[in-house]
Amino acid sequence: MCLAIPMRLVERKEMEGTVELDGVRRTISLMLLPEAEVGQHVLIHAGYAIGAVDEDEAMRTLELLREYADAMEDL
Amino acid sequence: MTDAGLLHDRRAVAGVVRDIVAAAKELDREATFMEVCGTHTQAVAAAGLRRMLPDGVRLISGPGCPVCVTPVGYLDRALALAALADTVVCTFGDLMRVPSSTATLEQARADGARVEVVYSPRDALERARNAPGTRVVFLAVGFETTTPTIAAAVAEAEANDVPNFLILPGNKVIPPAMLALVQDEELNVDGFLLPGHVSVLTGWEAFRFLADDHHVPGVVVGFSPTDVLRGVLELLRQRRDGTATVENLYGRAVSPAGNLTAAELVDGFFEPADADWRGFGVIPCSGLTLRERYSNRDAGDIPVELPDPKEPVGCRCGEVLRGVIDPPECPLFDAGCLPSDPIGACMVSGEGTCSAWFRHERWRGEAR
Amino acid sequence: MKDSTPSRVLLAHGSGGRLTQELVQQTFLPHLKNPILEVLSDSAVLPELPPGRPALTTDGFVVDPLVFPGGDLGYLSVVGTVNDLAMAGARPLWLTWALILEEGAPGDLIAICVEGAARAVDEAQVQIVAGDTKVVPRGKGDGVYAVTAGLGVVPPDRDLGDHRVSAGDAIIVSGPIGDHGATIMACRHGLGSDDLRSDCAPEASLVEAVFASGVEIHALHDPTRGGLLTQCHEVAVGTGLRLVLSEEAIPVRPQVRAVSEVLGLEVLSLACEGRVVAWVAGSHADAAVDAFRAHPSGREAVIIGSVQEREPGQVPVVLETLAGGERPLDLMSGTDLPRIC
Repeated sequence: MCLAIPMRLVERKEMEGTVELDGVRRTISLMLLPEAEVGQHVLIHAGYAIGAVDEDEAMRTLELLREYADAMEDL
Repeated sequence: MTDAGLLHDRRAVAGVVRDIVAAAKELDREATFMEVCGTHTQAVAAAGLRRMLPDGVRLISGPGCPVCVTPVGYLDRALALAALADTVVCTFGDLMRVPSSTATLEQARADGARVEVVYSPRDALERARNAPGTRVVFLAVGFETTTPTIAAAVAEAEANDVPNFLILPGNKVIPPAMLALVQDEELNVDGFLLPGHVSVLTGWEAFRFLADDHHVPGVVVGFSPTDVLRGVLELLRQRRDGTATVENLYGRAVSPAGNLTAAELVDGFFEPADADWRGFGVIPCSGLTLRERYSNRDAGDIPVELPDPKEPVGCRCGEVLRGVIDPPECPLFDAGCLPSDPIGACMVSGEGTCSAWFRHERWRGEAR
Repeated sequence: MKDSTPSRVLLAHGSGGRLTQELVQQTFLPHLKNPILEVLSDSAVLPELPPGRPALTTDGFVVDPLVFPGGDLGYLSVVGTVNDLAMAGARPLWLTWALILEEGAPGDLIAICVEGAARAVDEAQVQIVAGDTKVVPRGKGDGVYAVTAGLGVVPPDRDLGDHRVSAGDAIIVSGPIGDHGATIMACRHGLGSDDLRSDCAPEASLVEAVFASGVEIHALHDPTRGGLLTQCHEVAVGTGLRLVLSEEAIPVRPQVRAVSEVLGLEVLSLACEGRVVAWVAGSHADAAVDAFRAHPSGREAVIIGSVQEREPGQVPVVLETLAGGERPLDLMSGTDLPRIC
């Protein structure tokens, strides 16, 4: 478990936020992530933001995957 | 191809698989790894990952589907509540087709019971707010990812004085079930793929006991094909090296200590309790009940008539959930028990082990 | 003839008396009039059919919400009927249009549906030649239901159907999938988007254009309820053949994928109401894509898979996944419910 989607926080008013993914928007609650900042990517589950995406870690993972992909391309 | 596309890029996937094949050769014996998250079950099946693994590396599913481990008695109570005159039962879609001792919630709705599917506990709260004369009962099922969202809805109900919003507590906690798994003599698991989003809430350190106390490795992974495969690779390497640690490969979402705001909120409204897991029986301290002072929000206290709980005859969901057998070894699998007509809970939702196997792994019926 | 729609539907509008006459004259006819309908007799007497075999279809429309980005129940009811005929290789000609209205439904809503139907009739170049209106008491309907029948003619030289699908065929889709289903689910579950629109549109002229190109078409289907997944499954099971689809090739708009991810839905089972899936002779695949793309409704057409013989024990439909794996595509059981797991 469970389904949680990374979406970008585009607006917030107190504990209510609007998140967006590819133009699709939803109103969610920030009660579980009160420190969320507009512009951050957050994980959305059942109408709540449950955690923030660490962009540096995300980049590290993607770099690792790019190395894998490039290595396979050379074969 | 965008950066994020790398997560399921076929060359990146092929690269990780190549390393897995190499590590499996070095290990020189079979290895069995278990995932304990329904969303992992679904992700593995949807990408066709199982078939990419070399012979000798086996991926099995555990009790990671909260719908599947919800006991029949809970569904019976939900149905009884839905039949009460002044009550509406709100539920996640996942529960609608789970069989109870009698009918499913979907069938009950067709028969006139007031059951509504919601996407969020907030939707149920809103329902209650808009209909003060109606008692709205939210079916509180799920693991650590979902429990805080329910606690937050209860908190909002308290703060905004919405007395007609209740929950039927059924939330569970994963680590005690994992303890039962490592202590299960019938089960021989070489390592765990740990639930990525549960870990967002609990922190990955909640699973350290597996390695520290039981010398079983664990890896927290995300849900893309490369995430899962990198987890398998790490577990293989640990087995090869004879080490046992818990590693976090989902650093972009998971921290050591998790979401403290969520933990505090849950603690404010819930307390640990023993819980009944389908297939396991009662696991101590593995569930959550509402604290005494919120008992007015506990729909479990509402008197209802319940049938004698009836588990389907021949159903081996319990053993499937414990990872002891693969779905095809259950006599009902594809012989009466189908996704379109499930007998046991494992066949109901897309991420139940049997359902995922039936939809995605059912190649000439061989078990792996 | 003036268009003056009542402010709300009353039971009397369905009773056949004065109010019914007024509804027909003042709300329906101004938008839908044609010489056959205007006769307003018990049955529409049609001109002689053009040469070929008659094709007849029927459909019920219960879409919720009734009005959505890109369409409404009225538009959809005509489009859906026309497309059913087109998928059989028929040239759509005449439709019947029966409405079941709910007492208390706002007149504006009826007007939108009538105007939508009129717009679709115009685009598809068909005629609604017979209609009916009934009204059910408040609480026993859902605003508006529509039931249609459509009559067309399959030209003598055409033989379209699953019986012609064979191993070696290419599978082509005329554009991105899931737009309609995603738009409806977004409306129902509080997701906003400026870029989500139903794809509902008549496809008869696209189909005719592809026929005119001389490409060998074996079968056509529109992936409505249950989406591409259900449609392919039906063909595979009906023919005993095996369909292999490429996840990479299947076009999905990012906003449609986003809706499916947020709600936990299977994107391949989201409905389309303006797409054609074609099974064509393998050697004609590229020419078929060109023929689709030459038409405004088919600009994004692409080959998404192929047909093979099926060995015992093989599943009917297989998806080659993005990650390089394979998974069987089974039928969805029950409705698509948003999931959190």
